[in-house]
Amino acid sequence: MDAIAQFFHNIPIDLLIIQTVNGVVTGMILALVASGLTLIFGIMDVVNFAHGELFMLGAYLGFVVFVSTGSFWLALIGAALVVAILGAAMQIVALRPLIGRDPLNTILATFGVSLVLQNYALWQFGPVVRKIPAPIGSQFTLFYLQYPWYRLLVAALSAAIIGGFWLFLKHGKFGVWIRATAQDRVMAQAMGIPVPLVYTGVFAIGAAMAAASGVLFAPMVGVSHTMGLDWVLKAFIVVVVGGMGNFVGSIVAAIFISLIEAYTTIWLDPSRAVIVSFVILILTLLFRPTGLFAATPR
Amino acid sequence: MSALAERTAPLVHVEDVHTYYGKSHILHGVSLNVAPGEVVGLLGRNGVGKSTTLKTIMGLVRPSQGTVRFDGVAVNGVPPYRLARRGIGYVPEDRRIFRLLTVMENLRTGLDRDGMTEDKRSMLLDKAFTYFPVLKERRTQAGGTLSGGEQQMLAIARVMMLEPKIILLDEPTEGLMPRMVTQIRNIIEALHKEGVAILLVEQNVPLTLAASQRVYIMEKGAVRHHCAAAEIDVHHPIIKQYLGV
Amino acid sequence: MTTAPLDKASSLQELAADKAQSRHTAVFWMVFSLVMAALIAAPLVLPEFWRRLTTEILIWGLLAMSSDLLIGYTGMVSFGHSAFFGLGMYGAAGALLLVSPPNLWLAILFGLAGAAGAALFVAYFSTRLRDIYFAITTLIFSQIFYVIIFTWTAVTGGENGLIFTRPHLRIPFLYDARFTSTTMHWFVLAVVAGSYLILRRITQSPFGMVLQSIRENEPRTRAIGYRVENFKMVAVMLSGLFAGLAGVLYAVQNEFAAPDFVYFLTSGETVIYNVMGGIGTLVGPIVGAGFFHLMRELLSRFFGDQFPYLIPLGLIFIAMIIFLPQGIMGFARRWLNR
Repeated sequence: MDAIAQFFHNIPIDLLIIQTVNGVVTGMILALVASGLTLIFGIMDVVNFAHGELFMLGAYLGFVVFVSTGSFWLALIGAALVVAILGAAMQIVALRPLIGRDPLNTILATFGVSLVLQNYALWQFGPVVRKIPAPIGSQFTLFYLQYPWYRLLVAALSAAIIGGFWLFLKHGKFGVWIRATAQDRVMAQAMGIPVPLVYTGVFAIGAAMAAASGVLFAPMVGVSHTMGLDWVLKAFIVVVVGGMGNFVGSIVAAIFISLIEAYTTIWLDPSRAVIVSFVILILTLLFRPTGLFAATPR
Repeated sequence: MSALAERTAPLVHVEDVHTYYGKSHILHGVSLNVAPGEVVGLLGRNGVGKSTTLKTIMGLVRPSQGTVRFDGVAVNGVPPYRLARRGIGYVPEDRRIFRLLTVMENLRTGLDRDGMTEDKRSMLLDKAFTYFPVLKERRTQAGGTLSGGEQQMLAIARVMMLEPKIILLDEPTEGLMPRMVTQIRNIIEALHKEGVAILLVEQNVPLTLAASQRVYIMEKGAVRHHCAAAEIDVHHPIIKQYLGV
Repeated sequence: MTTAPLDKASSLQELAADKAQSRHTAVFWMVFSLVMAALIAAPLVLPEFWRRLTTEILIWGLLAMSSDLLIGYTGMVSFGHSAFFGLGMYGAAGALLLVSPPNLWLAILFGLAGAAGAALFVAYFSTRLRDIYFAITTLIFSQIFYVIIFTWTAVTGGENGLIFTRPHLRIPFLYDARFTSTTMHWFVLAVVAGSYLILRRITQSPFGMVLQSIRENEPRTRAIGYRVENFKMVAVMLSGLFAGLAGVLYAVQNEFAAPDFVYFLTSGETVIYNVMGGIGTLVGPIVGAGFFHLMRELLSRFFGDQFPYLIPLGLIFIAMIIFLPQGIMGFARRWLNR
């Protein structure tokens, strides 16, 4: 008992707080990426393997817009819009023909799209990492660190986007359409709701969320054609741990996993800390396969 | 009887329709029609294909053979949401209201369409609440919290929001208390007075005969008998033949 | 009694079916022998580059076949084959580095053991998850293995992988010499052909029938009384073993093991071979692998090395899912049946 108390006593409080902040920041971005995935899966039963590439494309497009306009905010909005359209196109061309077929087909199709997009980015932009500077460069002192304000801004913006979407879902015509379609696709049609359009719209929204995350995250890590891969894996883990199709669950899971990973870096090298998310995944699959936070769906 | 059917161009005209579920041949050449404003009953034992007929008209299943015409236009393969907007309302066998949406939101799914004005909206809502006062009470409650009878009312109310020309009603009185059954009967009557056509699938023979102008009787995926409702009653040998146990 | 003429009719039918079956088998062996003859002759007539390419196609084909057992026959899409392949590769590397002189058979043993370990791990979870969850989880697992291999530099050489020398092809008492490009090809051919025949036997056996029944209708198979979990686990183990074998062959042929192959992209490409070739055909995946690599060669010859060949190939892949879900083999079959 004493040893444990000693152990926790030895962790400096300031380190704990720093890692809490880090965890929340990363968690919010991850939540934004994952909620797009959850949305698409929950409403359309599609596992979007190309989600990471939409994230990556968003970052690249943001870079392009930024270079020509000098405005980070234009980059954010521009990238989200273009990727939304791209997402809609992708859904219409590659996914609509597959509705009604074995769901495994959509996994394969989105995987194919992810390959195409990834290689396209590599081809167009090359392997050089691009940089988008943060819109606010100032920092504040967090204990012994100079902590960038931008990180807090990112967390706040992610929360705002997710919150905004939640409101959209709960009120307004399209929100009702989406929720009705998610609950009973057949009766939604019988009530005159244009379900194919709803699907395309939802996919576009999910894509836009991924793209926005990409632009938001870009100043922190730089834009490269592989950035999607790492994030999509984490996002999938979050979605499974949170409960597939569970919007709130995936947000909670994102923050939970990021926090634990952040704390783990107190002891472990960051490249090893990723093991944490894997361990949480395995534990979830063993003991609560429907999701750790599967409270109420949607 | 046939004069009645031929005088006005049918609103819904089903001709020699064959429908399959996978390899199962469910409908073997079903033909029927419903004139505007008419209440037509569709009787038959369980599993003869009555629900499938409704689903075929609604476009939820596609016939492999035969035509479905609505308002004179062939609608084979038209997606259901377009048919709903053109004026076909569908109330399925298990109600299938949106359980996680509130009563208001359920009604909204029928109200949110092109050409809707604020006035029309409130008019339709008032109508729904007049027909079904209990829905007004429960309008902010989630659909799943309603009783079976209330859900049935909601299912009919929301279809009314579409201002349909015809309502396909699948076993509306199933599992309901006698008091509710009477209420359904009254609603069918009220809708008929408004000029809405109804294709009524039911196991309750007296109710069907009382509410309908004509009835079709199905067996094994085809229409076996067709007559005016007034011509037969519940003790008629035909009824015993096709609906007796 | 009316059974007598019925008996006659049914036994005539059986006779006809038997005849068709044996004709079928005869055709199969004929085609098989022809293909084998061509592949055996290949290294003797082809220039070095194409020789190596053919050998590599065979190895990827074996990997794809192993994957087909799961996708095509049991209905489980797995993105985890890179882990089995990779562990087979590293297992072989281990044997070839630790034991002196390097022994081919030991390498195979170690490789299979490594793959079996991974397969056991995946198999356990496979039985608890269905479809999409399984696919995602295998993907994540293959990445777990990747991270472990990538970071455990002391054992696996980390990013740089391991380099080792090829063992001799040593059949005790009969033969002992270094591999030449030709004998390497024949060895790989022998292993792949043997694996194909074994897998074919398995898929045509009662066990294989149950797997296919699981693919078509799992709840019904369960309802009939089969322990679906056990069948799935065995399927995953078998699939993993053959994938590991492919990894061993790759290691022996190329004399290195690298973490790149454990990256889930390898799994993805394997699935592409399956879909392009035709799932559920066993031969299809090999054809798919061949098609993919040949197209890649053609594209880089026409458009240069830097050409992102995965863009057109990816697009073809997507188009095939939508329009030609039976793959090349499926298309060929329908065409031949006309």
